[in-house]
Amino acid sequence: MFKLAKLKTHLGLAALLLVHSHWSFAQSDSTKFSGIGRVATPAEVAAWDIDVRPDFKGLPKGSGSVEKGQVIWEAKCANCHGTFGESNEIFTPIAGGTSKEDIKNGRVASLNDMKQPQRTTLMKVSTVSTLWDYIYRAMPWNAPRSLSPDDTYALVAFILSLGEIVPDDFVLGNANIAGVKMPNRNGMTTKHGMWTVTGKPDVNGSKCMQNCVPFVQIGSTLPGFARDAHGNIADQNRTYGPYRGADTTKPPISALPSSSGLAIISAAQASPAAPKSPSSLFKSENCSACHALSSKLVGPSITEVAKKYEGQSGAQEKLMTKVKMGGAGVWGAIPMPAYAQLSDDDRKALVSWMLSGGK
Amino acid sequence: MEKPSHRARLVKAPEHFVPQSLIAEINSDGLDENRRGFLRKGFMSALAGTSAGLAAPFAFASGEGDPAILEKQEWQTTLGKNVATMPYGIPSIYEANLIRRESPGLTRVSAASVAFTPLQGLFGTITPNGLHFERHHQGWYNLNPETHRLMVNGLVKNPRVFTMNDLMRLPSVSRTHFIECGANTGLEWGNVAVPTVQYTHGMLSCCEFTGVPLSVLLQECGADLKKGKFLLAEGGDGSGMTRTINLDSALNDTIVAWAMNGEMLRPENGFPLRLVVPGVQGVSWVKWLRRLEVGDMPWNSKDEAVHYIDLMPNGEHRQFTSVQECKSVITTPSGGQQLLDKGFYNVSGMAWSGRGKVKRVDVSFDGGNNWRTARLETPILTKSITRFNIDWVWDGSPAILQSRAVDDTGYIQPSIKTLRDVRGTRSIYHNNAIQSWKLDTNGEVSNVQVG
Repeated sequence: MFKLAKLKTHLGLAALLLVHSHWSFAQSDSTKFSGIGRVATPAEVAAWDIDVRPDFKGLPKGSGSVEKGQVIWEAKCANCHGTFGESNEIFTPIAGGTSKEDIKNGRVASLNDMKQPQRTTLMKVSTVSTLWDYIYRAMPWNAPRSLSPDDTYALVAFILSLGEIVPDDFVLGNANIAGVKMPNRNGMTTKHGMWTVTGKPDVNGSKCMQNCVPFVQIGSTLPGFARDAHGNIADQNRTYGPYRGADTTKPPISALPSSSGLAIISAAQASPAAPKSPSSLFKSENCSACHALSSKLVGPSITEVAKKYEGQSGAQEKLMTKVKMGGAGVWGAIPMPAYAQLSDDDRKALVSWMLSGGK
Repeated sequence: MEKPSHRARLVKAPEHFVPQSLIAEINSDGLDENRRGFLRKGFMSALAGTSAGLAAPFAFASGEGDPAILEKQEWQTTLGKNVATMPYGIPSIYEANLIRRESPGLTRVSAASVAFTPLQGLFGTITPNGLHFERHHQGWYNLNPETHRLMVNGLVKNPRVFTMNDLMRLPSVSRTHFIECGANTGLEWGNVAVPTVQYTHGMLSCCEFTGVPLSVLLQECGADLKKGKFLLAEGGDGSGMTRTINLDSALNDTIVAWAMNGEMLRPENGFPLRLVVPGVQGVSWVKWLRRLEVGDMPWNSKDEAVHYIDLMPNGEHRQFTSVQECKSVITTPSGGQQLLDKGFYNVSGMAWSGRGKVKRVDVSFDGGNNWRTARLETPILTKSITRFNIDWVWDGSPAILQSRAVDDTGYIQPSIKTLRDVRGTRSIYHNNAIQSWKLDTNGEVSNVQVG
């Protein structure tokens, strides 16, 4: 047994040495620290160096049509971003707020006129390379690096068509991407003092020490209805020492505690959820990355799941298995990954909570 | 022995209605029937001491003194716990309230969200590792350090690959720096939006980072620094976070770091490797750092072309706004806090500048009309948090507390009005305005904006 293990080690070492000898073919001797690091092989650089710059350096060859982009979009992107890139459910909208006029001028007018409730991606982004790079690198949200270059061209084409930047029959490829005119291509400036530490600031405060603002005007306060929007602040401060938290589950107290004798023990009156409640598991185990309580994200909402399995015998066991082993994509193209790390108790708690509609 | 003419009245502090240990237990484990009963009892006995509800403070039943002194406590009379009962120590149960928290409604998905540092409860300048703020773009991981690699490529003579074993053998430095998200205080551009300093300023932390200077690594790879004016830093997470670093100043003090506050980086903060770009907004401090590419132009990655751009009043966006300008905030007392009494207070806060050292901090108690200069605690380090303190006797009347920092370039922290006059209200990023906390006669502090 011992000998066998030893032999394995030797073999492993030999294999390593063999591989190493391959790597040292381009090793330059101009390094200062001997024995530290090694040369990166061309294949390794190609595997990782996938960024695309505004001058399209790094852009792989390929192409994709708006039509194909729409198919991929509906299968993999619409869940989060909406059918037309308009959804504000999870992320800020992709499309909207741009016009033909903007495409002509290279400046998005709605950034000025405040008519658009939210700034969309197409309103802001000045370079088409940014879209290509990011989609290829990081999308879809729960399966980054799963798209081919052709898929990426198709998706960028589809997004551009949503903003009427390209026509519906457009095929985007490495040969014509440089001709895409982004609506906000002239909307960025680097003329400011915040690119380098030696830059010149655009504002500066006042040195005044005495009688600087004889009439202090309060311009903004937190509205009363938002008093406990961030939970009970008493529970977010020490319960001893000079600076407690105010009990924001109640209106402000009428006088200083020391003179009224009022106890500040709201921390004890608040009742934080037990640490392992299904809803906290739902969050801590990352279920909430793909599922929401009532709106569809990447996966179905808790409400939808509860509705589908309502009154079905064996639903509890079936779903517990699914959580453990992963799903096959019952609700859409994206299958649910396996969550084998959950304890049986936690899985049970989560599934019964889901089947009750998250109540 | 002379008898005192009158004995000072002993007042039971209000917090002793309920034992501290019970509060801590309820905080960490929630309420159960048992604890509810204790609570009720605490109230009833408290109420029993007064006839007219809670109108008057009451003395101890016994005039002899404080039970905390007169009665033997459990920890005086029993055997305590063994060493290494907690092999990795954690804070006292009484500290359970001071944790990182999300701001409700700020984001829809917690994998692309923020957890804010509870600045209202911190002391000094160093952020404990477990409270360092978190901001992820596509969730966080426990990366395996054995298979983690750092590649350096682009305009370099030798594109190279380093393992953690390699990197940790290189000559390292340890430097204390603040990290602040560009969007810190971003919710407050238009109006007051959140109640406490945890949510207004909590995307701010300060640690001693250990790692190898970026310049050493670039030199090792033979970087062409004549043509190569920019660096792309790329993370190993799902978002493959990419940021353009301006090499102008980065060669002076940027660190490829593996440790914070004496231990390896926490996974939420980029274990095993992250970039530390002093003075520059947090998003450029790429976590799970796996690649550095030297180049001759900025990359316009998503997080420098769609986000992290500052909208000006004319509809133009400022791009590559990276420097975190001089800023300060009073942390005690601060929004949402409750003072128990009038009298002496040590008012304390933090000041920092991405351009250098904090030179001076002035504090106002009347909404910015009159100012006094605070004491700066040493050491005062560059691009790091400096703690300031100032004595104050509160007479019980309404007050508005502000702090204003000046850095060694002469830059003075502006008021929110001064900032809005130039940048409008839709910038989202780089709000370094003076913060105002209003203290009411009932001892409650709230977030306000003046002017």
